[in-house]
Order: sequence, then C-alpha cells, then structure tokens
Amino acid sequence: MSKDIPMTQSEQADAAADTAPDAKHPRIDPQTVIGWGVDADPENDPTYPMRDRSKDDGPGMNWTPPVAQVADVEILQSVEYLRRPATVGQSTPPSGLSGKIRRAAFAYSESQWGHWLLLMLADRVNFVEGIVDDLGKGTLPNPVAEMGLVKSSNARVAGVATLAVAGLAVFGLVTLLRGRDR
Amino acid sequence: MRAMDYRGPRRVRVVDKPMPKLEHPRDAIVRVTRSCICGSDLHLYHGMVPDTRVGMTFGHEFCGVVEEVGSGVENLKAGDHVLVPFNIACGQCHFCKQGLFGNCHESNAQATAVGGIFGYSHTAGGYDGGQAEYVRVPYADFGPTIIPDWMDPDDAVLLTDVVPTGYQAAEMGGIQKGDTVVVFGAGPVGLLAARSAWLFGAGRVIVIDHVEYRLEFARTYCPAEVYDFREIGDPVVFLKKITDIGPDVCIDAVGADASGNAWHTLFGKKLKLEAGSAVPLHWAINSVKKGGVVSIVGVYGPTGNMVPIGNVVNKGITIRANQASVKRHLPKLIEHVREGRIDPKGIITHRVPLEDVAEAYHLFSSKLDGCIKPVLIPSAA
Ligand SMILES: [Zn+2]
Ligand SMILES: [Zn+2]
Repeated sequence: MSKDIPMTQSEQADAAADTAPDAKHPRIDPQTVIGWGVDADPENDPTYPMRDRSKDDGPGMNWTPPVAQVADVEILQSVEYLRRPATVGQSTPPSGLSGKIRRAAFAYSESQWGHWLLLMLADRVNFVEGIVDDLGKGTLPNPVAEMGLVKSSNARVAGVATLAVAGLAVFGLVTLLRGRDR
Repeated sequence: MRAMDYRGPRRVRVVDKPMPKLEHPRDAIVRVTRSCICGSDLHLYHGMVPDTRVGMTFGHEFCGVVEEVGSGVENLKAGDHVLVPFNIACGQCHFCKQGLFGNCHESNAQATAVGGIFGYSHTAGGYDGGQAEYVRVPYADFGPTIIPDWMDPDDAVLLTDVVPTGYQAAEMGGIQKGDTVVVFGAGPVGLLAARSAWLFGAGRVIVIDHVEYRLEFARTYCPAEVYDFREIGDPVVFLKKITDIGPDVCIDAVGADASGNAWHTLFGKKLKLEAGSAVPLHWAINSVKKGGVVSIVGVYGPTGNMVPIGNVVNKGITIRANQASVKRHLPKLIEHVREGRIDPKGIITHRVPLEDVAEAYHLFSSKLDGCIKPVLIPSAA
C-alpha cells in the first residue's frame, strides 16, 4: 500500500541526498582546478561592497560635479534627486498617452508602488501605441518575425503569411456571421 | 545605422535609426564589433522592467572601435578598440570614489536606486544600448578600457558584464579556503560565479538549475557538482543533507525570471505583483548555514519581493549584493584571461548577425538549440 503514496518533497530530498554525490553528480577535487585559490584572501571578510571611509568625504563636499549635459528631449527625473545628474539618456522621450502616464508616475518617489505600477501601465499602453504608430507609417505588424519565430531572411514571407491567415480568419468569421443571420 | 528596436514584450526587430551624436564633452561614439544578449535583457524582453519604452535599443554588453571623441576625452582616440563596462559611471562622484561604479550618482536621472546602464530601460537612465552599429558612450574618459592586442574580441565582450558579475558574486561571498559554495542558476553569470568560486579557494562548488544542457556544461566548464532541482525534491532539505549544516555561501545568479515555485511564478511573473520571481533567493536564504553569506547578483525589479526575511534575522545571515563594479575588476580579470584561468568565450554558443536579433532573443529566451550565450555581430563590424 505505502508504495502507492507519492513521496513528499522532503522525502524526495532525503532519498536524493542519500546517494549524492555519486557517479552522475561527481564531486570535484579542488586540486584539479586550474587557478584554485589564486585569489584566496583571508582579509576578504567582510567583503565588498564596504564603505571606504578613507574616501568618504560626503556628497557635495570637495568635488565639482561633471559638466551638465544639455538635454534636447524631455527627461523625467526622480523626485529623490536634489539636482539632475550630469548625463542623461536621450532615447525615446515620453509621448502620447503613455507619456502622460509616465509623467504622472514621476510625481511619486521610487519608494512608492504607485510610481512603478503606473510605469508598468504606461509600458502596456506604449505597446499598443507602437502598433498604431507602425500602421500610421504604413508598416504592417509582423509579429511572427518580431517574435523571432522565423529567420530574418524569411520575415517578409512570414508577414505575408500572417496577413493571409488574419485575412482568412476575418473572411471565415464574416461568412459564419452571415450564415447565422439567415 | 541599423539598430535593435523594442516593440513590446517578446517583440523586437532591426530598423534604421539616426546615428548617435556626441551630447556631452566626455562622450565618445563607438562602432560596435560585438554585442551580447544578456540574461538580464530577457527581463526587459519579457516586459518585467518598468519604463521600458517602445523604440528603445537594448544592449549593455558590447565592445568596438572608437569612432569619435568629445573635447573632454583625452585618453582615447579614434581607432582604439575598447571594451565598454555596462555601468555608466562618472568616476568622480561620492559613490564612484568608493569604487561603487555600478552605483554612480551622475548617470541616471530617472532613479537614484540604480546607476546608468546602456540600453536598460529608462529606469536605468534611458540610454540606447549597443545592439546596434554605433552607440553613444558617456564618460568615455572613464569607463571604456583598451582591449590588449593579444585578446580575442569574443573574450573582451564578455568582460563588460558576465565575467565581472560572476567574479563579484564570488567575491561578495567572502569565500574562504575550503568553503562550500552553492550557485543557483547555470546561466552565463552562474557559470562564471562557480568558476570564480574556485579562484577564491572554495573546497566544494555546487550548481543548481533545471536546464539539463546547461548543467551538463557547468559540470565541465566550472567545473562543478551539478544537480537538477526537479530531481532532488526540496532543494533546501537536499542541500542541508549533503553539506551537514548548510553551505557556507549561497549565490543567487538567476534573478527575476526564476522557475521552480508556483507561488512566485503566479505573483512575480504572471500578476507582476512581485518584482519578479524570487525562488533562488528564497532557497539561498533557507539553505545557507547559520551565519553564512548570501550573495545576490540576479537582477530584480525595483518593487518588492516575498522572501523569508525573518530567517535572515534568525539565522544571522549576511547578505551582500550589487550590480558589478566592472571597472574595478578589469585589471585582475584581464590577467586571469591571459593566464588561462578564465575562458570567457568558452560560453558563447551562438554568433548571430545583428539582423537576426529577433531570432536570437527567441532562442535565448526559450533556451533552444543549446543556447548559453548569444553574440550579435553587426555587418559593419
Ligand atoms: Zn549583462
Ligand atoms: Zn559617479
């Protein structure tokens, strides 16, 4: 009877530990490892990252910050900074509805969940905006290629195939609905 | 120029984008010769990192040739072949002065909690990354390091993140001679963490994962004693049994995308109410010996995670964690590569033209075709 009762995870662990290490999971002899112990250092305890008091002169003291970059685009800034860091990334400035949500998110500090949840929401909205933007530029979405399911050389074929399948589905649906009407 | 373009979760492509310009006197423009996809890029690719904007170019692991430098850059010139640490660091702020180059205070306007990182969402500064033909490199007089003549670019590109991150994971463990070290995750960083644990004198190195081909690779590359967590029941019980009292040091080299626990998968990955799935961290805290060290290099989002913090208190565990401070490790790591103690390019399984970026992300994300580390090569390389 008891053999039919499945083992609990702890019992499985017990059983596995009884045989390990074994031929399938051999233990490695450190003496066979190239470079063993070359960086061993009894002083590395406690270890990095440690506060280095010798170089700790407090922020804003004894140093001139780097020259500030003049940004060409809108930069959202954490409310936790006293001033803007000297360099900024200029990729993809906030725009559209997602931009509005991102701006709202930056009213909250990094410590508030609302900040991050609004940004996640903006990301999802931004995904839809990306598709609308593509369509506006006359680029048809090609999810099969963008998801890497085909080689880039076959991307065009995949795009046509996706369109054909989508077209067929719409045609089928319309036919079905018409049939129902009758 | 051609550049990777993020379109939304699991959707990327290559498009024409304007050439990057010098925006600051300390900038350089680098023509990319090699650019990796990183496990942490997958957190972006899966839509898990807040403020990842459609249209951004990813890529924080790249090397290349200096094309142009700003008026404030005197130690680099056009034509220099450089590897570029993933941290954007000024080299002179309060944090940089302490060697915390992953925590620079002058490179990320959007968040104080993390320094600027190339191509890693606006939460890490909103800089376009290196999965492109050209990239803008801020603070080029500090970060980029000239690649020695004898070094293969395939080795160099892995010194921008994977090798230093793995090495720092072991360093933060405070490993002493003879210690038992458990590494959760046999991805690129986990492999290098396990390899580095030996350099610090570990007596036993154990790697835990569930992807068979990666465990097989770890067995010989690190080399390590490897276990598939699907075969060992409760990994915490198993580790305590085979080490008597628990390992001295546990390293989390997985981060937000971890498998292995339905609860964390639901709350972290599906509902996104946790900052990713914190399974390895949970296992690390509960299996490490009392008074032991947990070293975290796996990447999590900025919100919260459900981890057993009470056990950290009751067991007296030391937690050490950071984004790797790449520049700090480079002199030693370059030496290790030259002496054959670390073989970075040994983990590269796929060399892919930049144009095939979508396929490369898919292969890497779905762990197909034995993929451990994919490298993108732009046609202009
Ligand atoms: Zn990386
Ligand atoms: Zn700094």
